[in-house]
Amino acid sequence: MGKSENIIELIDVRKVFDDETVAVDCFNLQVKKGEFVTFLGPSGCGKTTTLRMIAGFDIPTSGKILLNGEDISRLPPNKRPVNTVFQKYALFPHLNVYENVAFGLRLKRVSEERVDRNGKTVTKFIRLGKSEIDRKVKKALEIVDLEGFEKRSVSTLSGGQQQRIAIARAIVNEPEILLLDEPLGALDLKMRKEMQVELKNMHKKLGITFIYVTHDQEEALTMSDKIVVINDGEIQQTGTPTEIYNEPLNTFVADFIGESNIFNGAVVGKLKVKFCGATFDCLDDYEINQLVDVVVRPEDIRICKPGEGQLTGRVISSVFKGVHYEITVQIGKFEIIIQSTSDAPVGGTIGLRIEPDGIHLMEKVYTVNKYDGVITKNNTVEFGDGNFECDLTKLYKGSHIDEEGYLVTAEGEKKDLTGVEVNVEVAPSDISMTDDLNAGGAKGNIISMIYKGDHYRYIVRTEENEEDYVLSCPDMWNTGDLVGVVIAKDKIKLALKPAEEEK
Amino acid sequence: MVLRFNRKQLCIPYAVFLVLFVIVPLFVIAYYAFTDGQGKLSFENFENFFLNTNTLGTLLYSFALAIVTTFVCLLIAYPTAYILARSNFRKKHVLLMLFVLPMWINFTLRITALKEILSALEGNISAYPFLNSVIGMSYDFLPFMILPLYTSLLKLDKSLLEAAADLGGNKFTVFLRVTLPLSVPGIISGVTMVLLPSMTNYVVLDMLYNSTYIMGSLIGSYFSAYDWNNGSMIALILLAIIFVVTLVTDRFSDKDTANRGAVL
Repeated sequence: MGKSENIIELIDVRKVFDDETVAVDCFNLQVKKGEFVTFLGPSGCGKTTTLRMIAGFDIPTSGKILLNGEDISRLPPNKRPVNTVFQKYALFPHLNVYENVAFGLRLKRVSEERVDRNGKTVTKFIRLGKSEIDRKVKKALEIVDLEGFEKRSVSTLSGGQQQRIAIARAIVNEPEILLLDEPLGALDLKMRKEMQVELKNMHKKLGITFIYVTHDQEEALTMSDKIVVINDGEIQQTGTPTEIYNEPLNTFVADFIGESNIFNGAVVGKLKVKFCGATFDCLDDYEINQLVDVVVRPEDIRICKPGEGQLTGRVISSVFKGVHYEITVQIGKFEIIIQSTSDAPVGGTIGLRIEPDGIHLMEKVYTVNKYDGVITKNNTVEFGDGNFECDLTKLYKGSHIDEEGYLVTAEGEKKDLTGVEVNVEVAPSDISMTDDLNAGGAKGNIISMIYKGDHYRYIVRTEENEEDYVLSCPDMWNTGDLVGVVIAKDKIKLALKPAEEEK
Repeated sequence: MVLRFNRKQLCIPYAVFLVLFVIVPLFVIAYYAFTDGQGKLSFENFENFFLNTNTLGTLLYSFALAIVTTFVCLLIAYPTAYILARSNFRKKHVLLMLFVLPMWINFTLRITALKEILSALEGNISAYPFLNSVIGMSYDFLPFMILPLYTSLLKLDKSLLEAAADLGGNKFTVFLRVTLPLSVPGIISGVTMVLLPSMTNYVVLDMLYNSTYIMGSLIGSYFSAYDWNNGSMIALILLAIIFVVTLVTDRFSDKDTANRGAVL
């Protein structure tokens, strides 16, 4: 029942490259026949790798790709009823437009039943006839609006025309699925908008399944039936454009799709949340006292007279954006961006009002950093790809370190803790970054930063084992910076692993 | 008066060089080719070449030798260049170097070494003049075939191969319909660099105790006999042949590879 509906299904697909980087992990997806599905995510998130696995250029390390219920994960690309429109078109420079489009047709063999001399019916694989190829190429060129270009050399075409030829070359084979790898990336804005509309129309006309890869959220929102938001090789959220925009599942999705204000908040009562120093009614039901991320879209905030809204603040900037003004308002130490069709004077005080349906709560993904650690030397614990000085006396109540470096418990027992495994916890606010790479216990690159009104939330990832440090910091750093990770000795919480405790 | 420096003046040394060492010698050759021993205008040398079965035979023999040599080089070089360009081996330029390295070893030394090897294998090496000439020349010119092929195959956009596979091509059809046509510029520059020199490089033949004559040896022998007129005529004819061949290959590569330029 479900099988016949899903044209393609990815089950637990995982791809690890030769250099051991995990490109795609735990990828589960079902695509229905005729759907327009978009893989959306920042560059390097694994969306193209996933597409390449569906096309057959990359083989998944583990997991299955089912096409109409059949496992095709190991099939070479020429055996799959799937065609790709490449990012840089990949048109054959030695062939003219006609031959480029006819390339797939010339390689195609169709089965035909014939009656042989003995009266038996035999199936023969024959090439397509010249007139048939002619007809199909003509039709494909008509669909992409490039009739009469048959004899032209591809190098004489503009970017947009090459793009159309690439599409014609793929759809002429009547694939079951058309894969498009950022096909509009190289076009200018106006051309891109036109092609978006045309692609959407083409999808309606042809009725085949489109899987589209892009990093442009607007493109994804306008074109797709279903958006798959990907980050770091994993699916963050799957849903219709409206669902993704209105009900983001986590802060990554909220931050990536559209503009967002993201704050740390706490649930203070039934359907009541506190953030930015004020209490708001909301629609999401969470337990009281739970810490949450609060997402508010700039267009969901209304300007009112000071004192009439839940918040009052000072306008620090206002930029005209065509349809609306983008106004930044300072409230205490928080900054809020709002979009409004009416302007507000810079320096003036205004009130802000947020309706309950404009407030989206989501569970905090990162409340505390947890690592597995090993005690290496006296007072040093190795965790998260680094060595940090810790206060080991906290592990045993009343203990102290003697002059030889051994730990002496309250009962006077001497312990050598080297090699003992511990659980390590560090709060995001207790970690700081430094430019001096050797000053910290570990070093890594900043892979993500999200502005949360009064501070940034960073994720620093180490190179060696890809351990993540989630931290908050009021200063602005750049994504990609290599930084040292510093944690104060007394802020590292240690606990013996249950197995070690028994000893 | 202020001495004005113009950028165009930079070309003066080259112009002088060209006139002195290319254009003037060309006229000198032409002069000798179309005069007899007394300095009178004559077409006798021209007739000597085309009416003499010996010289015509040498021309055909040179052609045959050059074509076989080029073919052998192409046969060895294409797979080598293909494998080198495609391998994921990180140090592949080191491998390439191994093939190109002989180019940096003294020519005389290389051919002498080859002679010793051939003597050990064949005994009397003068018994197989054609075979030995082909081996010697192929050995000498192989790097000139590998390098342009390697660069043209390395430059080949991998996404084109993926596109061809995506459109239903198996490994063989992808090679035949995409890789091969797109490496034609490399093949042509390789062929040009091997075919023409191997028509005249008679030193290889001489060093391999070869008694056969190719165009180069013919010219050499005329000049060493102080018959500058006939020698010049043959040189001029060879020049004409080379000119025609270049013209043909140029046309070929231009048509096929508009805007992408030949290799090397």
